[in-house]
Amino acid sequence: MTAVLDVSGLKTHFFTHAGVVKAVDGVDFAVSKGEIMGLVGESGSGKSITGFSILGLIDPPGRIVEGAIRFNGEDIANAPEERLQRLRGNRISMIFQDPMMTLNPVLRIDTQMIEAILAHEKIDRKSAWERSRDALGLVGIPSPEERLRAYPHQLSGGMRQRVAIATAFLNKPDLIIADEPTTALDVTIQAQIIHEAQKLTRQTGTAMIWITHDLAVVAGLADKISVMYAGRIVEQGGTDDVIDHPLHPYTVGLLGSVPTANQRGARLFQIEGMTPNMLALPQGCAFGPRCRARTAACATQPAISDVARRRLRCFNPQALAEVQE
Amino acid sequence: MTVFIIRRLLQALLVVVLMSVIVFFGVNIVGDPVYMLVSPDADQDDIAAAIARLGLDRPIWEQYLLFLKGALQGDLGNSFIFGEPALQLIMHHMPATMELAFTALMLAIVIGIPLGLYAGLYSESPLSKGIMAGSILGFSLPTFWVGLMLIMLFAVELGWVPATGRGDTATFLGIQSSLFTPDGLSHIFLPALNLALLKISLAIRLTRAGVREALGQDYVKYARAKGLTTRRIIFVHVMKNIMIPVVTVMGLEFGSLIGFSVVTETIFAWPGMGKLLIDAILQLDRPVVVAYLMIIVLFFIVINLIVDILYSLLDPRVRLQDQGA
Repeated sequence: MTAVLDVSGLKTHFFTHAGVVKAVDGVDFAVSKGEIMGLVGESGSGKSITGFSILGLIDPPGRIVEGAIRFNGEDIANAPEERLQRLRGNRISMIFQDPMMTLNPVLRIDTQMIEAILAHEKIDRKSAWERSRDALGLVGIPSPEERLRAYPHQLSGGMRQRVAIATAFLNKPDLIIADEPTTALDVTIQAQIIHEAQKLTRQTGTAMIWITHDLAVVAGLADKISVMYAGRIVEQGGTDDVIDHPLHPYTVGLLGSVPTANQRGARLFQIEGMTPNMLALPQGCAFGPRCRARTAACATQPAISDVARRRLRCFNPQALAEVQE
Repeated sequence: MTVFIIRRLLQALLVVVLMSVIVFFGVNIVGDPVYMLVSPDADQDDIAAAIARLGLDRPIWEQYLLFLKGALQGDLGNSFIFGEPALQLIMHHMPATMELAFTALMLAIVIGIPLGLYAGLYSESPLSKGIMAGSILGFSLPTFWVGLMLIMLFAVELGWVPATGRGDTATFLGIQSSLFTPDGLSHIFLPALNLALLKISLAIRLTRAGVREALGQDYVKYARAKGLTTRRIIFVHVMKNIMIPVVTVMGLEFGSLIGFSVVTETIFAWPGMGKLLIDAILQLDRPVVVAYLMIIVLFFIVINLIVDILYSLLDPRVRLQDQGA
């Protein structure tokens, strides 16, 4: 199975007055047709910047300084703007975090959906309108004709995110990047949205990168998971492997922070410290200062290596023996 | 919408009544017009007769009630100087002022918005910085001085256009205006430019600020992620949003263009209402001053109403609230 998207050695840096922020600093992953990859990390770990880099939506002072983004075999890292524009919304779609902010408040839903089709295809407005209506129906929006005439503020947050998902699928893209699409929604709506997205990727064979800070969300959704910390991937593997037997202390910490029903009343686990200042990353392993398993070896930057069916960037994997037996 | 308009009209009525009180009593405190009207060698009897003829011998509240009674019948009193009805006098001078204010507004829109758009899109370019510096000059240089400089440069030194007067008029679609003759256009150019300078600066700054704000919004990034052309993003997504504040402010400024045309009309000897007002003030022609101020109040009320209606047409979020009201 060939990868729809193959990112290798991606580095996206921001050249600010205060110094160079290495928001994405050597990221590798591949996504195949119909596959959902969860890209997990805290705020500021570089997960959203990774998504925007793929679409070529990095604005100055940031730019992709190194690496390749092979989309269907074609390297689109730093491709010309015209080429990227033809891919965006057409072959690669994106769903944003806050549906309150992403739809233009003064344009009707139909305008905003139809323009996404007409930007890439020469068809008449009526067919484009029909396709938009059908897409809204597919994501479970009742009476789509009426909703098409509405303005964004007349729809609820969940409804708007459904519109965004329907828009993302309009041109039957090969890849969808979903940047925390459920973070701004309440939990019941979140479950519905995840269900719709999963159903559509299965039906259409679209590959998907689901960016989130919530491991619980991707646990039931993704085929594989990449955990990012301070611009690098620290652990990458199949969802079951990563969730059931996390090896990196950071993944262990993230999983430990997820509230579950059987620890009722217990104090929630918390990873000590804060995400590091991206301008002054610690020497060696970036997670080192917060890590419980830190040893002297952590003063140097660990390389990424293949361990127990996954890729790992750590000198002291947790519970490794258990996994390897 | 109908309820909204009726409520606004009732508010407007209150404003008009209040203004009539303030204006009428205010004007009657200043100076004594009788001595301006009687001949220098008039004796006590002549003066008393003149006072009685003008109705100035009655108590001021009675004068006000008489004025109000007349005003309800469309009679704002007769000019002390010309003996003509004040309203008729103002109406006679109004077209000249209106065409001046209208031309100035058009200049502000046609020059200000594109320049502001450019300055907002390319805020770092030298040209943008030049535009912004120019707009500061437009804001801070006094109108009378700029007017004199314009006359010096274009009328005296270069001799391109005449310095004063209104020029030939022609009737088109039932409107008599100097905008329809080449001679009239050459006459209106300088005063309109002078009057527009402040508004051009205002339009530049408003548009620039709006563009800068809109470009950072998620809906612009989302529009880019949909693969829309830059052209469509700027002229549909961004422009529709910034038109809301621009139309509001420029609409309200139209009232001040009419009101503040006094200075420009005086410098360029433009035979409009502003010139009439200055003459009336100098000659203590109370009925003309009062009538002028009442007309200006009405103008502002009508303009505010139109702006509110336009605003609700441009901003769908406001429209919904109106329906609820």
